[in-house]
Amino acid sequence: MHPAYSVILFTSASGAGYGLLIWLALSWLGLVSAPQPWIAFWMAIFALVLITTGLLASTFHLGHPERAWRAFSQWRSSWLSREGVLAVLTYPVALVLTVVWVWDGIPPILTTVNAALLCLLCLLTVLATGMIYASLKTIPRWSNAFVVPVYLLFALASGGLLYLLALALSGTLTMVALVLAVLLLSWLVKWRYWRFIDTQKSASNSGTATGLGHLGSVRQLDAPHTSENYLLQEMGYVVARKHSRKLRRMALLLGFVVPFTALILTYAVAGHTSTLLILIAVISGFAGVLIERWLFFAEARHAVTLFYGRSL
Amino acid sequence: MPPSQEFVDTSPKVSDEIKYTTCYMCACRCGIKVHLRDGQLRYIEGNPDHPVNKGVLCAKGSAGIMQHLSPARLSAPLKRVGPRGSGEFVEISWEEALQLATERLSAIRATDPRKLAFFTGRDQSQSLTSYWAAQFGTPNHAAHGGFCSVNMAAAGLYTIGGSFWEFGEPDWEHTRYFMMFGVAEDHDSNPIKMGLGRLKTRENTKYVSVNPVRTGYSAIADEWIGIRPGTDGLFVLALVHELLRTHKIDLDFLLRYTNAAWLVRDEPGHAEDGLFLRDVQGHPLAWDRNSETAQSALSPVPSLSRSPALSGEYELSDGRRGRPAFDLLARRYLAEEYAPNAVAERTGITADTMRRIAAELAHAAFEQQIELDIAWTDWTGRKHNKMIGRPVAMHAMRGISAHSNGFHTCRAIHLLQMLLGSIDCPGGFRYKAPFPRPCPPGPKPSGKPADVKPNRPMPGPPLGFVSGPEDLLIEDDGTPCRIDKGFSWEFPLAAHGLMHMVIHNAWAADPYPIDTLFLYMANMAWNSSMNSAGTIRMLTDKDPATGEYKIPNIIYSDAYASEMVSYADLVLPDTTYLERWDCISLLDRPISSAHGPGDSIRQPVLQPDRDVRPFQEVLIDLGARLGLPAFVKDNGSPRYPGGYTDYMVNHQRLPGIGPLAGWRGVDGDQQGRGEPNPRQLEKYIANGCFWKHDLPANQLYFKHANRDYLNYAHSQGWIPSAQPIIMQLYSEPMQRFRLAAQGHGKLLPPEHLKSRIAEYFDPLPIWYQPLEESATDDQDFPLHAITQRPAAMYHSWGSQNAWLRQIHGFNCLYLHRDLAAELGLVDEDWAFIESHHGQIKAQIRTMTGCQKNTVWTWNAIGKRRGAWNLDPAAAEGEKGFLLNHLISELLPQKNGGRGDRMSNSDPVTGQAAWFDLRVKIRKAEAGEEQSEPQFEPLKAVAGLRSRPGILRFGEKFLPRNSWRRKDKA
Amino acid sequence: MTSLPKTTQKKLGLVTDLDICVGCHACAVSCKEWNAGGHSSPLTDLNPYEKDPMGVWFNRVHVYETDDGENTRTVNFPRSCLHCEEPACVTVCPTGASYKREEDGIVLINADTCIGCKLCSWACPYGAREYDSDDGVMKKCTLCIDRIYNENLLESERQPACVTACPVGARHFGDLGDPDSDISKLSVSRGGYDLMPESGMKPVNQYLPPRPRKNLPGSTGVKQQVQNPAQQENKASSANGFFAWLDKTLSSGTAG
Ligand SMILES: Nc1nc2c(c(=O)[nH]1)N[C@H]1C(S)=C(S)[C@@H](COP(=O)(O)OP(=O)(O)OC[C@H]3O[C@@H](n4cnc5c(=O)[nH]c(N)nc54)[C@H](O)[C@@H]3O)O[C@H]1N2
Ligand SMILES: Nc1nc2c(c(=O)[nH]1)N[C@H]1C(S)=C(S)[C@@H](COP(=O)(O)OP(=O)(O)OC[C@H]3O[C@@H](n4cnc5c(=O)[nH]c(N)nc54)[C@H](O)[C@@H]3O)O[C@H]1N2
Ligand code: SF4
Ligand code: SF4
Ligand code: SF4
Ligand code: SF4
Ligand code: SF4
Ligand SMILES: [Mo]
Repeated sequence: MHPAYSVILFTSASGAGYGLLIWLALSWLGLVSAPQPWIAFWMAIFALVLITTGLLASTFHLGHPERAWRAFSQWRSSWLSREGVLAVLTYPVALVLTVVWVWDGIPPILTTVNAALLCLLCLLTVLATGMIYASLKTIPRWSNAFVVPVYLLFALASGGLLYLLALALSGTLTMVALVLAVLLLSWLVKWRYWRFIDTQKSASNSGTATGLGHLGSVRQLDAPHTSENYLLQEMGYVVARKHSRKLRRMALLLGFVVPFTALILTYAVAGHTSTLLILIAVISGFAGVLIERWLFFAEARHAVTLFYGRSL
Repeated sequence: MPPSQEFVDTSPKVSDEIKYTTCYMCACRCGIKVHLRDGQLRYIEGNPDHPVNKGVLCAKGSAGIMQHLSPARLSAPLKRVGPRGSGEFVEISWEEALQLATERLSAIRATDPRKLAFFTGRDQSQSLTSYWAAQFGTPNHAAHGGFCSVNMAAAGLYTIGGSFWEFGEPDWEHTRYFMMFGVAEDHDSNPIKMGLGRLKTRENTKYVSVNPVRTGYSAIADEWIGIRPGTDGLFVLALVHELLRTHKIDLDFLLRYTNAAWLVRDEPGHAEDGLFLRDVQGHPLAWDRNSETAQSALSPVPSLSRSPALSGEYELSDGRRGRPAFDLLARRYLAEEYAPNAVAERTGITADTMRRIAAELAHAAFEQQIELDIAWTDWTGRKHNKMIGRPVAMHAMRGISAHSNGFHTCRAIHLLQMLLGSIDCPGGFRYKAPFPRPCPPGPKPSGKPADVKPNRPMPGPPLGFVSGPEDLLIEDDGTPCRIDKGFSWEFPLAAHGLMHMVIHNAWAADPYPIDTLFLYMANMAWNSSMNSAGTIRMLTDKDPATGEYKIPNIIYSDAYASEMVSYADLVLPDTTYLERWDCISLLDRPISSAHGPGDSIRQPVLQPDRDVRPFQEVLIDLGARLGLPAFVKDNGSPRYPGGYTDYMVNHQRLPGIGPLAGWRGVDGDQQGRGEPNPRQLEKYIANGCFWKHDLPANQLYFKHANRDYLNYAHSQGWIPSAQPIIMQLYSEPMQRFRLAAQGHGKLLPPEHLKSRIAEYFDPLPIWYQPLEESATDDQDFPLHAITQRPAAMYHSWGSQNAWLRQIHGFNCLYLHRDLAAELGLVDEDWAFIESHHGQIKAQIRTMTGCQKNTVWTWNAIGKRRGAWNLDPAAAEGEKGFLLNHLISELLPQKNGGRGDRMSNSDPVTGQAAWFDLRVKIRKAEAGEEQSEPQFEPLKAVAGLRSRPGILRFGEKFLPRNSWRRKDKA
Repeated sequence: MTSLPKTTQKKLGLVTDLDICVGCHACAVSCKEWNAGGHSSPLTDLNPYEKDPMGVWFNRVHVYETDDGENTRTVNFPRSCLHCEEPACVTVCPTGASYKREEDGIVLINADTCIGCKLCSWACPYGAREYDSDDGVMKKCTLCIDRIYNENLLESERQPACVTACPVGARHFGDLGDPDSDISKLSVSRGGYDLMPESGMKPVNQYLPPRPRKNLPGSTGVKQQVQNPAQQENKASSANGFFAWLDKTLSSGTAG
């Protein structure tokens, strides 16, 4: 699939945003330690910025952004629609969580309910994003059990790094172990995903696509047109195996190895150095996610390419 | 409708006007229904009532709108100001253009009319253009037939009085066994497609395609025979051998309808050896086995019990000796050299396959015989209460004809058909009116020295059919009279001329220099010439002495900015096919079918928005300005002041016979023959722009011997008399030339051609190795290289078409995967392809449906950069290529063993031998991804419109208020 | 509403006969021609005369070669929307622009509500959806909805453009939901099949498989077996033998 930068940016940024919101909500609920209120406040704002840039980016690749509102109508059948609806619902709840850190005008019971609700909404939104891809039977490398967990875990992990940054800035760096665990888990699952798609056997091939399989192997002699077409530009994108292997290693290095060691090192150092380490982890980690997302699209193969003599 | 569904207008207005006309995206002549909305093209579809296409339309026809909107359309007459090829022209008025042409041409006509060479390409106005040439007085005229498929026409007309190509068709409804040789598209583009569809969806049928390549039609064949190019003659004669060997032949048919029984003089060394024995009236003789005497073969043969002999040697009372033609035939083809085993290796077809095919043919013809309950009367007056058919049909085209042995190979196929008795019978090959005609038909070509005089028309048409040396167009010293050397000792049966030699010969002043080359609808500076690069050089070559171009003056009529336009001195811009009148006439290449004669017209469905004129108008205007007798009244004023429509309606070639056969007679109640009818065109338009006559059932078959049909054909002026058409298994005209080569008769070929004529003018079909092949070394050039027509492109015209060029934007060289493996080539690789003549570079693609020693590509996809108002960086020029750069118009030195080289053509007819090409291939080490050779990009000629960057055709038919309408200024 | 109709009154669709398709592209170009000015107008072509032309087409014709190790074949293959019974292209659409008609099962796109998110084209396994970047909306085969019911056309002309144009008659149109319709009967009798059945979209359009070749001894397309003359006792390989037979036949008066 053609790796459109708008979509890559959208999924990674909003993922991190929702992840961060979840951590902040959990800390509001007192399930994890909380940053200083003003820092939490600004962090929540930052999360909303990430989400909003993501959403805006995703509308860039629409043919008719001005009609984007119509996308809320089909939540009954369409995961894309559901994602839109959930994203919108999340905003007010997230705003409430933002202000409560610095304004105590709301009765605690409500803020508690609100925080819990926010966790749920964020999880659902990310889940919806994942489902958009996981539900596409046409792309076996997407429609599998790994995709949704990966989306969720990566949201929590990249959000978690930002959350640690908040704690570090608050001068109370804790929870490192927990985030380390999430980070480790997310990349473990991603690793399994890569293993999976590398060995995946698809039920479909040019023979089943054309129904000519009973005549033997099916090879395309001539494509319909010598000229380019939308299908191949959008669905026919191919990344060389060598290249993708290199990028996977890079993603692992930036997304996992660097942040992981940085976090470990925070145990050895203290104060500003550890904040700096976390900052490194955040940036490097996000870079890793961007590469991972690029690969997620670039490595995906679409059933239509079977008609053009390719394999899944 | 659920509320959530949008409202869809399922009955939008399609058009406010429908006009019928005839398609011209190719030469197939389908009827089209043109939908116009607000005076603009909305949609073109097939005319369901039209006899040719019955409502269907091909890819090209469906893209007609884009042809009409092409930015490559010329927009005004052009006069060259820069050097030839520079593309520097100025737009001039029609008056100036016509004056320029008239001055030059009248000077030629007043001195030496031969100095005008007038040749036309893909046009359908040959009855007008050749008439015009004859009126002008030059023998130097031909249409594209010589480089196209004259072998089919000549072999057919000299053998069965009709031919494949577009002049006959299989009996699609009844045939059970259909064999097609060397066809990718043909002119009967849609009819063949419709026919194959019908044939294959009937039970108990088989369709065999003999073709080195398995694409298109061959892909759906029930059996594909991937023959080695140039060897069909061997294959077919092996089938003949098998049928004779197994006694599966239709003696009845041979006796009734062919010259099988005619006695051939058998006295080697005698001046008449090999000619037919004739009686005092000149009637050929046959040996009557009962009376033991020779009798006129033309006297009816009532029944087989009193039948003439088909074998043995007989002496006439006057001592002349001879054998029936069939005797000679059987002896020859029963010889082991024609046995399947003997030819298997050469053809690449196993002997078993050949035996099986022969058996299948025999089975279909004789055990599957079909009978139609239609009574008919043969020419002898004998009544038959049934029409008995041998449901074996054959069709062949350029895979056979575009080889230098094509004439004989095609004759061999006709021989096979005759042995099976499957010509114009139910289920067989069928003639289309005006065929069959006597073989060979009249008239003879004009252009002998005495026929050509200043300011005089020639006595007859420049093209025709010779039946012996005395008909040749040669000077007393034997040199050719025609610039293309047609009808000379080099190419005696050149029934369509040799268009592919004109530029070369004119440039070489061989046999003589000319002044003006006048071309119409032929892209000779590119895909239509052999040796395109050389041709471009000849077009621009100057005589060092005078500084003049060796071809001093070139006038060209084209509708689009083709490669050729850049090499003309004067360009006469034509309209598109939707903007003019045309006439698809029985005098030329009509729309007749086996069911009866038909002709059609084109009418302008739109008015030109440019300063262009239909070429026919221009030609008639020029004719009048030059004072050509047929184009002026006695008082010197134009004879057809109304222009082409005036001519279409009022011209009479013979009394009562004109360009159009329908609705003749003052009140339009006559068909075929009759006074001109002033309302004729209205009648055509009212009838969808065509006329057809359905033959009554009893005339549908056996036309060559069907009394009622023959009488009708005679009444229409198609045949000189109602005599039967006797098919010529054995060809006497061929033997006449051979005798001359053996030193008999007054006219003898020049020394260096004697052996050539003696060898190739065999009165019975023979096979010989294609000339280029025999003149090159198999080791040097082990591969055959051929082209195919793509169904969705028409020669060069398609590439300017925004839709079609997306389908074929460039071409690759296809070859068998095993061959590719041997050469170390994989898909997408670039390779050098080399012939004795030159080298090209192209991208390759591997396949399995291809004869192992054959490589091929699509014809005419490659373009000269800058031509056709395409982006010079377009794939057509960057990746596309022509095989033509490898094909020489001359044979390699070796052949003929003498200094000056012979044309790369069939030695009998002069047909261009495109497919004799032999090549070798080697991988091109990684370099630029660009085809070779490349030429300077052509400059866009004056008056072309700018190319739109985005094409939103059709939006104007959306509702005014639609947001999708970006056309609203 | 992109939830699918429970049932559709008809299942209009196409049947394509791969046994006779010669790959001539007539269906593709006539489709382009009709639809360029039709319901989904225009079918924009970018760079029509430049280096990389790229246009919207609803029907594209592939050429395949098959190889079972012994025999290879060439098969021409037109590909257009199959108007599936359970098309994901509809259910994934966030706006409802992509829908399946309740009355005849035709799958359409509402150009006025499509936001051009392209998700439907990702969801279609058959590559039947083409994005018009100039209009910013998705487009696709409409089954010529503006022809098949069009009262401005003659009854006989109310057929999809590709069906009318196809010179060999390889494309058929009708109601595949009605087992008694000609097209259903044709499909059943010729073993019409679904493309990529595992896609789960339940295509309505059917493809008729290429028939077996007839290149074995006796398979002349007629029932009886043709005896192979190779096995015949070689009665007449010599000219003399032939002429003896010839004389006999001519005298007996019963020729071939
Ligand atoms: N779409 C389309 N239709 C056209 C044209 C076009 O350009 N495009 N051109 C028109 C014109 S001008 C003409 S003359 C006709 C020509 O119509 P065709 O006769 O179909 O001409 P080609 O396309 O050259 O096809 C030649 C076929 O013969 C095969 N062949 C080559 N050598 C041999 C051989 O030695 N033996 C056998 N058995 N086969 C061989 C080739 O593989 C090819 O399939 O088409 C006309 N119709
Ligand atoms: N390698 C190879 N070369 C071949 C062949 C092959 O099989 N292989 N085939 C040969 C054969 S059979 C033929 S017939 C020739 C065909 O070659 P041509 O007869 O040259 O046919 P086109 O290439 O179509 O060129 C016709 C010219 O007519 C112009 N034209 C189109 N429409 C009109 C119109 O309405 N009016 C006027 N005045 N001009 C118009 C076009 O712009 C083009 O320049 O090619 C030959 N060349
Ligand atoms: S075959 Fe196609 S291009 Fe040729 S005349 Fe017919 S419709 Fe037109
Ligand atoms: S028009 Fe008919 S024959 Fe031609 S490609 Fe389409 S389906 Fe096949
Ligand atoms: S073919 Fe594709 S676009 Fe057409 S209905 Fe089926 S899924 Fe939808
Ligand atoms: S592109 Fe249009 S039709 Fe397709 S899913 Fe998006 S909104 Fe629906
Ligand atoms: S049905 Fe109409 S829109 Fe669909 S492919 Fe055929 S012509 Fe095109
Ligand atoms: Mo031709």
